[in-house]
Amino acid sequence: MIKVMSANGAISEAVKMCKPKVIPVFPITPQTTISEYLAKFVADGVLDAEYIRVESEHSAISAAVGASGAGVRTFTATSSQGLALMHEILFVAAGMRTPIVLGNANRALSAPLSIWNDQQDSISERDTGWMQFFAENAQEALDFVIQAYKISEDHQVLLPSMVCVDGYILTHTVEPVDIPRQEDVDEFLPPYEPISYLDPKNPMSLGTFTDPDYYMEARYDMQTAMDGAKDVIRRVNKEFEEVFGRKHGLVESYKTEDAEIILVAMGSICGTIKTVVDYLREKGEKVGLLRVISFRPFPQEDIYQAVKGARRIAVLDKNISLGIGGVLFNEIKAKMDVNASGFILGLGGREISPDHIIEIIEKTRNPTETNKINWIGLKEEE
Amino acid sequence: MEIPEKELLAPGHRACAGCGATIGVRLALKMLGENTVAVSATGCLEVITTPYPETSWKIPWIHVAFENAGAVASGVERALKAQGKDDVTVVAFAGDGGTADIGLQSLSGAMERGHNLIYICYDNEAYMNTGVQRSGATPYGASTTTTPHGEESFGENKPKKNIPMIMAAHGVPYVATASISYPEDFMMKVQKAKEVEGPAYIHLHQPCTTGWGYDSSKTIELGRLAVETGSWLLYEIVEGEFKITYRPLERKPVNVYLEAQKRFKHLADAEKEKIQNYVDEICAELKI
Repeated sequence: MIKVMSANGAISEAVKMCKPKVIPVFPITPQTTISEYLAKFVADGVLDAEYIRVESEHSAISAAVGASGAGVRTFTATSSQGLALMHEILFVAAGMRTPIVLGNANRALSAPLSIWNDQQDSISERDTGWMQFFAENAQEALDFVIQAYKISEDHQVLLPSMVCVDGYILTHTVEPVDIPRQEDVDEFLPPYEPISYLDPKNPMSLGTFTDPDYYMEARYDMQTAMDGAKDVIRRVNKEFEEVFGRKHGLVESYKTEDAEIILVAMGSICGTIKTVVDYLREKGEKVGLLRVISFRPFPQEDIYQAVKGARRIAVLDKNISLGIGGVLFNEIKAKMDVNASGFILGLGGREISPDHIIEIIEKTRNPTETNKINWIGLKEEE
Repeated sequence: MEIPEKELLAPGHRACAGCGATIGVRLALKMLGENTVAVSATGCLEVITTPYPETSWKIPWIHVAFENAGAVASGVERALKAQGKDDVTVVAFAGDGGTADIGLQSLSGAMERGHNLIYICYDNEAYMNTGVQRSGATPYGASTTTTPHGEESFGENKPKKNIPMIMAAHGVPYVATASISYPEDFMMKVQKAKEVEGPAYIHLHQPCTTGWGYDSSKTIELGRLAVETGSWLLYEIVEGEFKITYRPLERKPVNVYLEAQKRFKHLADAEKEKIQNYVDEICAELKI
């Protein structure tokens, strides 16, 4: 059934169909409507879940770990400062191998305080052991939540997932979304079967203290699980396509095959880039887009296969690791031998227009210094 | 009073000889029974009972971090409820640091939301796990590693934060103070807390041989001296009704309690008198 809704609406619909048993959530702009939609679903009796009105995001993720530890499917959602407040417990959630799914409305981090979009918040959590999937539109937001549960709960993975949607651009923009049938979701996503959980009939201690004899192996196991998650994601994508008819992957290649210049980006900006690619293709220019969907695990093989034939690539970052530059750019540079230029844009909600994308393509075609941080849309440059 | 013999906290853990916290947990678990899930905040108890791959816990147990025992217990309680396991008791154990200081927000949220859980603060009056730094529960005059006595200092210069009354102000159905040295009083309170629908809070005073500076054979004695001098009061607040549960026959001077501990050894008579006056004032009000 096609309904017109925002990505926050789509995430909430997906959560409802995935039937989590506990939802601890604290409202924050621009995630707020997720917390409201889910509260309403519970109030209306269409979602049979315990909704915990926690007093902070720190407690939201803490309660989620407690609930997941007690053996139930769990959901929470946040944004920006809220995600940063969760930081400590994000590590614990991953380390305790709790397959929590979290909806993140990507927003800039303070200071200066900004409620507008960039991707600094989730990118800054890249080392926590959470998988991160960046949606391009509301439909993907819905699809990714359903898939995230299946991927996270896979016994080979057992790592939490973040479904990332660009604040306002996706969270508050409505578009048509195909809502699947509940029976199809039930068929695709079986009930959660925990391995280790709090059960008086079989007592276990979860979250214990370790000395140097054990810690490294726990981290090694997580890295192995994260690596293995790529195959699980591919398999789950395939199963999803069979049931729902929509295809997703670790990356999306858009007109990259014969492209001389390929742009690499994540999230909603890819819609704008596709429009520009189509426009330039009509004029005979060989440009393409490689969209990174899974930021963690990082699909370096898939990225390399898609971009290796290009003369040059441009990596677009809506984040900056101060002191080095865009994170996606630097990770690509570190992992593969490509001629890449890095661009920082859209921080704190700065408008990104098709002209900016054309400017990036021009600068990539004729680079001055390859390691330079190129700022797009910065007022000082005008 | 019938005290179950079965131990749910196994011996062989890494606590100091004479540890008051583990005495408290042992006694509490006897009353709570096997059909219980325990949550621990980071602290002495967590570190000494669960050095991987060993555990002292014979009931399911979870630890997440220092400041969030209230929130973790909330999540556990709701998850059990969602699975129809309403008969399982949820208990959180946190030290005075995890309760009065870093964990106060999370605890307040859990109490306010009305979860059916028991929160027991084992109060040894400083951050003992990291080596005796002051906490909000450190009493006036105590020398700790962050409130050391010296030429310009007599130690902690603020009275103990009154957490049980802060909990009572949340309007929860059951709040009590207790001491490990009065096991029947404590265990009766644990039993009541278990029977209450909704949040119950017990503030358990427990001497710490390492942090307070006394011989490890004297833990129970020190706990008794705290109560017999009026330095620690045993009461409960049931649905808002305050009741003293133990009155010493004859209140001893505070000095006998202070002088038995290294942390107060440096105090001048003037400071000791201040402490005595402070205790007298409270006890006069409560007719102790």
